[in-house]
Amino acid sequence: MKVHEHQAKALLREFGVAVPRGEVATTPAEARAAAERIGGKVVIKAQVHAGGRGKGGGIKPADGPAAAEEAARQILGMRLRTPQTPPEGILVRSVLVEEASAIARELYLSVTLDRARATHVVMASGAGGMEIEEVAARSPETILREWAHPALGLGDFQARRLAFGLGLSGEAFKQGAALIRNLFALYLARDCSLAEINPLVVTEDGRVFALDAKLNFDDNALFRRTEIAALRDVHEEDPLDVEASKHGLNYIKLDGNVGCMVNGAGLAMATMDIVKLAGGEPANFLDVGGGASPEQIENAFRILSSDPSVKAVFINVFGGILRVDRLAEGVIAAVRKLGLTLPVVLRAEGTNVEQGKKMLAESGLALIMADDMADGARKAVELARSAR
Amino acid sequence: MSVLVGKATRVVVQGITGREGAFHAARCKEYGTHVVGGVTPGKGGTTHEGFPVWNTVEEAVRREGANCALIFVPPAAAADAIMEAAAAGVPLVICITEGIPVADMVRTKHFLAGTGSRLIGPNCPGVITPGEAKIGIMPGHIHRPGPVGVVSRSGTLTYEVVGQLTARAIGQSTCVGVGGDPVNGTSFVDVLRLFQDDPDTRAIMMIGEIGGTAEEEAAAFIKANVKKPVVAFICGQTAPPGRRMGHAGAIIAGGKGTAAEKMRALEQAGATLVKSPADMGATVQAVLGR
Repeated sequence: MKVHEHQAKALLREFGVAVPRGEVATTPAEARAAAERIGGKVVIKAQVHAGGRGKGGGIKPADGPAAAEEAARQILGMRLRTPQTPPEGILVRSVLVEEASAIARELYLSVTLDRARATHVVMASGAGGMEIEEVAARSPETILREWAHPALGLGDFQARRLAFGLGLSGEAFKQGAALIRNLFALYLARDCSLAEINPLVVTEDGRVFALDAKLNFDDNALFRRTEIAALRDVHEEDPLDVEASKHGLNYIKLDGNVGCMVNGAGLAMATMDIVKLAGGEPANFLDVGGGASPEQIENAFRILSSDPSVKAVFINVFGGILRVDRLAEGVIAAVRKLGLTLPVVLRAEGTNVEQGKKMLAESGLALIMADDMADGARKAVELARSAR
Repeated sequence: MSVLVGKATRVVVQGITGREGAFHAARCKEYGTHVVGGVTPGKGGTTHEGFPVWNTVEEAVRREGANCALIFVPPAAAADAIMEAAAAGVPLVICITEGIPVADMVRTKHFLAGTGSRLIGPNCPGVITPGEAKIGIMPGHIHRPGPVGVVSRSGTLTYEVVGQLTARAIGQSTCVGVGGDPVNGTSFVDVLRLFQDDPDTRAIMMIGEIGGTAEEEAAAFIKANVKKPVVAFICGQTAPPGRRMGHAGAIIAGGKGTAAEKMRALEQAGATLVKSPADMGATVQAVLGR
């Protein structure tokens, strides 16, 4: 799960990581009032779940309250387009009004999981403001890494090594090493999957703080982090994704026109792949899970067919825990209830397959049966094409 | 012969009084697996659907000689259940549970390194040696004994390849689901090593997916150590970057972990790559016929 920059910064502050003074505003008047309280020069920053905001016109400096109001007027309500947003952009609903800072150096700092080593890694670099992937590609030797002990966490000596490695000294070194320790503590205590500060800035007078902040959280841990789960902003997600998550379905909307309904993540990905190999484009990833009930199948069907770009549906199920007769029950109920006219291709194998196929045949629905995955993909792609 | 599980495996099911645990304990037993009973703390001394229930894994080991734990405990308590099984000296721990927090698995994997236990999973379908023992949630009837070792990060996609193999009268030595989480107990490399050393495995079918570097590590191991033919399929060739594709571990992050990279690495290591998931069985057949 992602959160907004201002939410991330509130968490950083709670854990003793220094951030600039700032306030959230949802109207130009609020931005003006915030700038008045902060005083001096400020920066107005669009709050959306995407990076590259500056290049898209989502971050503007302002000399004072009047300029802050004007900048907020321009940013609020705009559809911000950056390389990380969908092509149509994301609607900006709030801005962060923050004190402007006199920056001497920009650094990079993050904590994430190193899958290969099965532990958490802290990464730091002197190239702040750049994407870490870019730095890793161009000059990997400049990235400093410290792997935390899986049970004991990050040692103070490791935080010092990173701070020295970044070239910090004196007061900036003390602040930097403490900040690294505090960021790691936040990462662990709140079950983050990524805690990234880019840039981490050092001021002329030796202060070190997080100018930007990105926190992502482990979805699997949200059950024990209700205060984090409460920060979710559904406006930032595709409405169909949100609807699917309500029903415990794994759904991701894509750009094609062949709707896919599959059980199991691996088979769902493989189904997208085979649709593409058959010359089509999948409209979605949808994993209804191993033990889907007929109701879940019905919801899944409703969600994927409510995407107007879907011209044909390909159901590919290998019933293990999910029995094919229960799948059939859900599909029949959904098609009847929704009055669906979309062509539906069905490929089903596994537990109770004969019973399921019999139910579908007797339902009178115009389903197209497929012999195997390849046959199903071919038929679905052909139907989607001719429907255009 | 086979790997990991067989006729001598004695299974204790942790979380046996839950819906999933009870259902699958019965299915495993029906298949012929020796399920000695289950564990649910606080329900020791009772029986559940014909299975004796103990309070601790240690009791199941002491009384019934359990040498394999099958875990259906909910995510919040699953990591602890894994550690309990390892602490009781159970050599093979198979965790089906999906949704364990990553930080819990980091600690658990470290804990396991100090024990003699091997963990399969979590978030996996389990392990089956056809005709001998089914320890997991896979449909048993689609399998048949034979020469192909199957290892996979996915559940249903494993059933798919097994279905394709069995339809061609090609059996499986053992099928191992290593799970779809970013931190798991047993890697592709571990299972490839077992299959390479197993005299009854003549070919290996490996199913990877986007995210992480487990397939690249497998490729390096194949190149250096595996003499048997390996057929590989990587799913997620069309997956968009930055999105978690169902499995917690299936995500292309920072441009890394793409299917293309993994396919390239495996191909260079000498594996036979399958482009379409519909061709997995036929490709294994062709490789075996050589």
